[in-house]
Amino acid sequence: MSKLFTISPSPHVHSGDSVNKIMYGVILALVPAFIWSVVMFGLDSVRVTLIAVAACVVFELLIQKFILKVKPQIADGSAALTGVLLAFNVPASVPSWMLIVGALVSIGIAKMPFGGLGNNPFNPALVGRVFMLISFPVQMTSWPVAGSFGVDAVTTATPLAILKEGVKNGQPVIEIFKNLPTNMDLLIGNMAGSLGEISALALIIGGLFMLVRKIITWHIPVSVMLSAAIFSGIFWLIDPAKFADPIFHLITGGLILGAFFMATDMVTSPMNPKAQIIFGAGIGILTILIRLWGAYPEGISFAILIMNAMVPLLNRYVKPKRFGEVNIQSTKG
Amino acid sequence: MLKSFKIGGVHPAENKLSASKAIEVLALPKTVFIPVGQHIGAPAEVVVKKGDKLLVGQLIAKTSGFVSANIHSSVSGTVKKVETGPDTSGYQKMGVYIDVEDDLWDEQIDRNNEIKSAITLDSAAILAKIQEAGIVGLGGATFPTHVKLIPPKGMKAEVLLINGVECEPYLTSDHRLMLEHGEELIIGIRLLMKAMNVNRAAIGIENNKPDAISEMIKLAYRHTNISVVPLRVKYPQGGEKQLIKAVTGREVPSGALPISVGAVVTNIATTFAVYEAVQKNKPLFERVVTVTGKSVKNPSNYKVRIGTTISELIEAAGGLPENCGKIINGGPMMGKAFANTEIPVTKGTSGILMMPEKESKRGETMPCIRCSRCVSVCPMGLEPYLLMTLSEKQIWESAENEKIMDCIECGSCSYTCPANRPLLDYIRLGKGKVGALMRSRKP
Amino acid sequence: MTTIILYTVLTLSIIGVLSAIVLYFVAQKFKVYEDPRIDQVETALPGANCGGCGFAGCRAFAEACVNKGELTDLFCPVGGNDCMSGVANILGIEAEKKDPRVAVVRCNGTCEHRPKTNFFDGPVSCAIAASLYSGDTGCQYGCLGCGDCVVACDFDAIYMNQVTGLPEVDDEKCVACGACVKACPKTLIELRKKGPKDRKIYVACRNQDKGGVARKSCAVACIGCSKCEKECKYDAITIANNLAFIDADKCKLCRKCAPVCPTNAIIELNFPPRKVVLTEQPVSAPEKPIEVPVSAEPKSSAI
Repeated sequence: MSKLFTISPSPHVHSGDSVNKIMYGVILALVPAFIWSVVMFGLDSVRVTLIAVAACVVFELLIQKFILKVKPQIADGSAALTGVLLAFNVPASVPSWMLIVGALVSIGIAKMPFGGLGNNPFNPALVGRVFMLISFPVQMTSWPVAGSFGVDAVTTATPLAILKEGVKNGQPVIEIFKNLPTNMDLLIGNMAGSLGEISALALIIGGLFMLVRKIITWHIPVSVMLSAAIFSGIFWLIDPAKFADPIFHLITGGLILGAFFMATDMVTSPMNPKAQIIFGAGIGILTILIRLWGAYPEGISFAILIMNAMVPLLNRYVKPKRFGEVNIQSTKG
Repeated sequence: MLKSFKIGGVHPAENKLSASKAIEVLALPKTVFIPVGQHIGAPAEVVVKKGDKLLVGQLIAKTSGFVSANIHSSVSGTVKKVETGPDTSGYQKMGVYIDVEDDLWDEQIDRNNEIKSAITLDSAAILAKIQEAGIVGLGGATFPTHVKLIPPKGMKAEVLLINGVECEPYLTSDHRLMLEHGEELIIGIRLLMKAMNVNRAAIGIENNKPDAISEMIKLAYRHTNISVVPLRVKYPQGGEKQLIKAVTGREVPSGALPISVGAVVTNIATTFAVYEAVQKNKPLFERVVTVTGKSVKNPSNYKVRIGTTISELIEAAGGLPENCGKIINGGPMMGKAFANTEIPVTKGTSGILMMPEKESKRGETMPCIRCSRCVSVCPMGLEPYLLMTLSEKQIWESAENEKIMDCIECGSCSYTCPANRPLLDYIRLGKGKVGALMRSRKP
Repeated sequence: MTTIILYTVLTLSIIGVLSAIVLYFVAQKFKVYEDPRIDQVETALPGANCGGCGFAGCRAFAEACVNKGELTDLFCPVGGNDCMSGVANILGIEAEKKDPRVAVVRCNGTCEHRPKTNFFDGPVSCAIAASLYSGDTGCQYGCLGCGDCVVACDFDAIYMNQVTGLPEVDDEKCVACGACVKACPKTLIELRKKGPKDRKIYVACRNQDKGGVARKSCAVACIGCSKCEKECKYDAITIANNLAFIDADKCKLCRKCAPVCPTNAIIELNFPPRKVVLTEQPVSAPEKPIEVPVSAEPKSSAI
């Protein structure tokens, strides 16, 4: 026989989906937010993103080639995605070397030691970001004022930081709000903040794109946002003078970015819808807890990392609904 | 919104290339090889010997137990030898080789084309006929039909479901049967209902076959107790448990048989065989096989004698395409690939699918990225990623607790996995091991 | 400051003492008597936990040895006779002597001898390939080459020869634990008497097809011609189901069977090169009589 037929176990067809398609799909979904960041912070955001992506990819390549001695798999896009997400979580003014350190932590500590793609328990980009936040608090919380390009950019505070500071000083929330951008501005992204998190609108467009392309399911983003809204809403109803309204909480800070892009990271999120909803709810509640009473004005990164640690437990104890898991009596009649 | 089953499911490209091709009768082969183990259960015992003269429809191997089925000669001629030959799995199986001479049918078979609609036999006689004719589930599972129709003690069938779903891509044999032999099918359904003493039957048909739906509705109109249920296209709707869920809303409990919710499912081709066996005295020795593939010249549906070599079918459909890289016995989701085309058509052969070379190789396997797609598409609500890991690491007890035995091997998980992981392959392996473990535990 | 330190140290000490007392009584109450010899026996064992003895690890084997009080049917293939006599010393009983054994792969269907008839595109696992179909060559009995045996081996004693596509056993490392025997879905691996100077003669084929069929699928298949059976003076060779089998316990390693095999299915390992003209004298006589027949012949009738 000149040509050999292939034999393989069934199924013999495939959906055509691939890891690469998923990773690049997510990156594509981040493009609107990136464009907005360029509008707001100019070339700085291009610099930060490129360096972060390049550093992540290079670190992964080096580790795979020289330490693990395996065939490099950087083309799968996961390292690039980590880079983009890391860049989106830092201020546009962050120094390049700091970013490279962050990338090294992301890839070299949070991802590869656990076995690389698919095995890391914590979201690598967030580990890198939190490492930077704790190590370089000044640079990581100096936010360039939007539109002021250049090295000597004026820095300002994020709406959440202003709120936190104000509440600490005993100012009523309504007073503080007078110094803050309007909800419309917050939605579009006309505020200070990390590179990619500012425009809720652009992120939602990206999120919808991922939902339509079935890269993610609705469970995690919806449960994160809903739980955050409900939890903050309860306190707002109790005392509107001390607590900000849920809409404000939803559209400021990294909540939308976190809900759509960080919490839904497949590797570090639970494996079935029920567990995903619990996971999302945990993130939402923890975020608001940190925002209201924590030391940091923003808590989504920590919330996601904490819930990441819960994922193995959730996978173990929350099982999907099995077919036929009913008793015979109830099905009859 | 049309009915369908609830959990999971995928929708592979349908590719029903031969849907508009009427069933053709394939020319008689020169020799046939009829294996005696064409069904689930014990292989039949050969009752002929070398040199015996045979008529079409004559018994050549009789059942060797309750879960077994008779085998009949599909041709007339002389027994060449009783020996082993290869089957789809490549392993040698016992069977009967027959040199074809003429086409002389057993006189008991009614070869008249007239449709015989009067039902004269009683329940027991119908069951006896079905058993006698060696009818097995023709959808591919090949479970002896008479066993299925006799419910275990303490259980009673309430509804008969006819599986006209044909959810496997490419395959169209059931579709064509519904279009061309609808009337016989209705009689077959009535026979089955009488055999089991049920007064309700439903035919589940996916709505990618609107012509079949309207045809069956038209024919079932006169029978108030037979309904036609159009279903939303979703794989694996043809799975027994999924079909029952979709049509009746009942959920077969884990580990139980469909009869535990009062349902019995038979396939369209099987129902047709029942009609022929009971009304025409014709044992099961031929079936409709879809021969198809994207680069096949002439994708068609053939009525073939059991035992005909598959190469003859391929020749009839325009020969093996140049770029064929894989040949599959059955559909692309659950069929078995084979390399040797000199193997016989058996009762379970529902289709021959030739895949082009570029579609026949699997993609590169990547690490699991925990996207949880396998979990969301699993129609049994299992966690394929976990079952695969447990099988790979040989942790059989945990696999059993995670309900590995509930897996229906539909392949939705492997189909959907973006990392091309061999999920089902390992789960199947685990099922085998866990099954053996469970059997060994029984006293 | 000092008081704080004092209190801390004091509290912790009290907690510590209390816990110690509790632990002591609990330990007394729930003490399980264990024969101290179990520990001794366990130390004498290799500690590989390979399961080659049929027990779940060395400790289970040690328990079995002590509890049974004799060593019949108990043997650690890894430690061998030395190890077992050590165990026997501890228990003060006699140890059985067994011939050291080693795994052999009874298939010689290299890519050259056994052309591929299809391309297997599934996971690299013999178990999966075997449950799917007969294999990627014409021979349904032959090696699948996916290396389940290599994965099963805890001692790195078996490896895949990339050229032939067949596994090869490293006689030095093989401890005859039998893990590969269990792993092989085609039951190709046999534990065979190690023989003097590691010399072995065996039929490297498991093909039970009739001669013609076997020959067609593999150039070095045993065709069951029974020439070797006739040649053997010691009744060591039997033919069943078109397949020859050499009983290692009866075989005197005379090397007469190998040359008569028309398909070269009989393999000689670790022998000096054969002289061109065959002498009538046996090349080497066995050095000692065999006491315990150990046959790993898989039940061919069951296949």
